[in-house]
Amino acid sequence: MAAMTRSRRDPDRYRKGPMRWLVLALLVFTAALVLVPFALMLLNAFKSPADYSGNGPLSWPDSFQLDGLATYWRQVRFEQKLLNSIVISGSVAVLGVVLSLLNAYALGVGRVRGRVWIVGLFLLANMVPQEALVYPLYFLAKETGLYNSRLSVIIIFTVIQSAFGTYLLASVLGTFPKALLEAAAIDGASRWTTLWRVVVPTLRPTLSVLLIFFFIWTWNEFFIPLVMLIDNSTQTVPLALASLQGDRLMDATTTNAGALISLLPTVIFFLLFQRTLTRGVTAGAVK
Amino acid sequence: MSARQLGRSAAGFWWYLLPGAVAFIAIVAVPFGANIYLSLTKWSGVGSPRFIGADNYTRLLQDDVFWGSFRNSLAMVVAMVIVPTVIGLLLASTLFDVIGRRFGNKTASFLRATFYLPQVLPVVVAGILWGWLLRPDGAFNALLNAIGLGGLSHDWLGDPRTALPMVMLVMIWVQIGYPVVIFMAALQRVDPDLYEAAEIDGAGWFRRFQAITLPQIRPETFVVALTCTIAALKVFGPIWALTRGGPNNATTVPSYFAYNAFFNKLQVGYGAAVATALTLLIVIVSLAFLRIQSRTESAEER
Repeated sequence: MAAMTRSRRDPDRYRKGPMRWLVLALLVFTAALVLVPFALMLLNAFKSPADYSGNGPLSWPDSFQLDGLATYWRQVRFEQKLLNSIVISGSVAVLGVVLSLLNAYALGVGRVRGRVWIVGLFLLANMVPQEALVYPLYFLAKETGLYNSRLSVIIIFTVIQSAFGTYLLASVLGTFPKALLEAAAIDGASRWTTLWRVVVPTLRPTLSVLLIFFFIWTWNEFFIPLVMLIDNSTQTVPLALASLQGDRLMDATTTNAGALISLLPTVIFFLLFQRTLTRGVTAGAVK
Repeated sequence: MSARQLGRSAAGFWWYLLPGAVAFIAIVAVPFGANIYLSLTKWSGVGSPRFIGADNYTRLLQDDVFWGSFRNSLAMVVAMVIVPTVIGLLLASTLFDVIGRRFGNKTASFLRATFYLPQVLPVVVAGILWGWLLRPDGAFNALLNAIGLGGLSHDWLGDPRTALPMVMLVMIWVQIGYPVVIFMAALQRVDPDLYEAAEIDGAGWFRRFQAITLPQIRPETFVVALTCTIAALKVFGPIWALTRGGPNNATTVPSYFAYNAFFNKLQVGYGAAVATALTLLIVIVSLAFLRIQSRTESAEER
């Protein structure tokens, strides 16, 4: 009661005062700072090399040239890199989710003995830096003839991503409603049927978040692809830009055009799935 | 009856673990074990490894570059954990508290998406973009010239004194969106009545931030700190794209050090020792984090 009268006497200072505009201006300024590198990249991706060397990186383009973009696209055969990235990330996303689901089904619903330790092991596998696996994997891939193949990267990341997926899904499935499982059992459903007819449909939102995450994570991976994929025909989008930079052949406009083309797919993906992504980040955070 | 049915069949669930177990053993457990073995050998990658015991480790302890790489890891922790978490907290709470409530959720989520944008890029692409910005003929120097500070222009990544701070700057730019997104979601979970009551009691913004925001989102702060610390210790792509550990090892980090030993210097055993040491560090740090977390949680319950 007292609080109410007080609130009437002392209205919120921020609601009308100039403070809120100051805060807004500050945040907009910070957001603009974050965008500056993108803006500079856009500005220079459409210039001709002569324009760049003559007028520097800050000037408005003389004319909007698509040459840099076209040159980069042709030089790295970008359509091939795009296809490689889609095949690798797509396969890893699907296979990783399936593998995580099978593991988590046994751990969360099946409650197999020693599950706490097994989940801990998967969590540990998620923490192990790739450097501590890469040389034996590199050696193994060479021995089995999988070196420099997309399959090698698909297998490795399916397992690495599913280590995280298992950890996440096992804790989700640990609290799966018993009533649903019991109902399925009474209806005579086998474990296999229960998994696909009852568990998967209920988990669909979580699974789709996981799918998108695995896709993006794998798309952005660099270290293991750098080691495993040496051939132009197998490399992914980030590798294409990096290996070209390694040659030191790229002029500034091609660098910017290449960076623009390389990050465009991820930005489009981000805009399409923004909601799912932020939901997923938070789901991961609170476990 | 149905419970008994489920209980009886629990053994059958092992089958579901089989593909995962086989894959895990082949891709993680065996390679990890092999890496530990290799760390006890001298090997160039061809021929057979020669067992030398702990020699690689004693050599590591005397290697200035190795210690330097861990000092640089600390710098990465500052750039990827401490700075982004602090700035992220401020951004998220002002976005939520002031922007979201005074200017509407649309404005707040638009700003949040902007902060998050660098996070969706392949980090090596971000590294190459920044590598160009910081080049001697890049945009950073051009900006300095344009505002009359041309005297400061510099080969930012080529000078051992400025290379590391610049890599840190890039990592802050990359990382900032992650805590913002997590903290904003965390704040949605907090009961708005708490803020209202505090506001009515005349608590200013800072007081509310201190007394409500910080304690309420402690679990998320923990997760952000842990995941970012692990990421900071593992960082590779940006170093590769920006400096390749140079100039003169000024920006070498353990993962780049290991990569370099494996594939450029052909010192596989030595690289494996670095990778094993890094793994050990990550596991210790993670366990320490989890320990502190469970201790604060149980302290709160009491």
